[in-house]
Amino acid sequence: MAGPEEDRLAFVAFFQARFPEIPLAEFANGIYAIDSDARDQWLDIEDFPPYEFTIDAGETLWQDPFANGKTYSNCFADPIEDIRPQYPRFDAGSGEVVTLELAINNCRSANDEPLFAYDGKEITAITAFLAYESRGQKLDIRVPADDSRALDAYETGKQFYYTKRGQLNFACSDCHGISSGQYVRADRLSTGLGHPTHFPVYRSKTGGMVSLHQRFSGCVRDVRAVPFELQSIEFRNLEYFLAYMSNGFEVNGPASRK
Amino acid sequence: MRNKIIVLFSLITMAPLALSEDVLKQGKNLALERGKGNCLACHSIEDGQLPGSLGPPLLAMKARFPDRERLRLQIHDASSNNRHSRMPPFGRHQILTAEEIELIMDYLYTL
Ligand code: HEC
Ligand code: HEC
Repeated sequence: MAGPEEDRLAFVAFFQARFPEIPLAEFANGIYAIDSDARDQWLDIEDFPPYEFTIDAGETLWQDPFANGKTYSNCFADPIEDIRPQYPRFDAGSGEVVTLELAINNCRSANDEPLFAYDGKEITAITAFLAYESRGQKLDIRVPADDSRALDAYETGKQFYYTKRGQLNFACSDCHGISSGQYVRADRLSTGLGHPTHFPVYRSKTGGMVSLHQRFSGCVRDVRAVPFELQSIEFRNLEYFLAYMSNGFEVNGPASRK
Repeated sequence: MRNKIIVLFSLITMAPLALSEDVLKQGKNLALERGKGNCLACHSIEDGQLPGSLGPPLLAMKARFPDRERLRLQIHDASSNNRHSRMPPFGRHQILTAEEIELIMDYLYTL
């Protein structure tokens, strides 16, 4: 059976063959890697990034001590730029995939602080700050070979990605793989390769920050399926698979998108 | 009630060579409406705005689909022709009723 690394090489090769003229690292820019018209507008927006205040707000939240005097840095790796690239990671203790969002809330609960809502401003502010601190660091997602539960989680996420669902009967791979670069109405489809590198994202459509899981949720709803909860085990496993596919890509979040 | 009338109407008008403009318009609307066929999401059709490009342009339907059953099957359940089809199974997943598919086909055959 092919393991995660064989999967990744095949995933990368698929998109390189599909878009031979696009330098590999560019896929981290989503649809702007492919669509040169949209790219110009996007570069203009990135000159005055709409997520700048969010990064500042995240830094403040990150540094604010908890009631017990400790801070987030007590829960996370040092130096700070090493944090983002290591998530999602498989946690042997719980036997589950832990995303950055979940790790932040785990840290809060360990310090007797109330949890952040996964659709709230605080959590995307902190992840935006951490992504910003890690810009240029390479994604380093690991599926430990000595723990079969990690491979199971990866395989479950992979299966999710390729399974057709909803009334419209689409798999993630139907749109972001075999149809990438094509149009659904006026929307051009980005490649699944590079998807997890740049989150959270400021969306001009909603005028706010969205997490990767909120994006998952939107796409699942669009195929008229019932979305899973943000940070559900299903979405965490999906993120584990998808992030592994982008291993070696540089963190380039936060980013702006339509 | 309205649906019944449409169905009745389309059944009556199926036999004669020329379909009434009204029936064709019903079919066209069903094909284009976002909550119904939304065929433009993936196919270009006549002068429809902002067509998608997942599927081939819908044109010359009479020449390409002389067999009405084959066309019906493609719309009812595209996966019966191509297991990996990226076209939604409109009939099988009850996005469109059998009657609505008939109306859409009547319209498609004018393309
Ligand atoms: C019917 C088509 C379709 C399906 C199926 C679909 N998506 Fe999407 N997705 C889109 C469109 C359209 C966009 C917005 C344009 C773009 O960036 O690709 C998008 C955007 C995204 C983005 C944001 C990209 C970025 O650069 O910020 C992610 C992540 C994503 N989808 C993941 C998924 C996952 C995971 C699945 C499966 C659960 C999925 N999508 C299924 C159409 C689809
Ligand atoms: C979300 C994408 C999508 C939508 C919406 C869609 N199709 Fe398709 N269609 C496809 C794809 C992809 C194909 C290519 C063949 C296949 O994979 O089944 C196709 C093929 C076809 C074909 C066969 C064309 C040929 O030349 O072989 C017909 C006819 C067709 N579609 C009709 C329709 C009609 C009518 C509607 C609306 C009721 C519709 N399609 C909506 C994606 C779509």
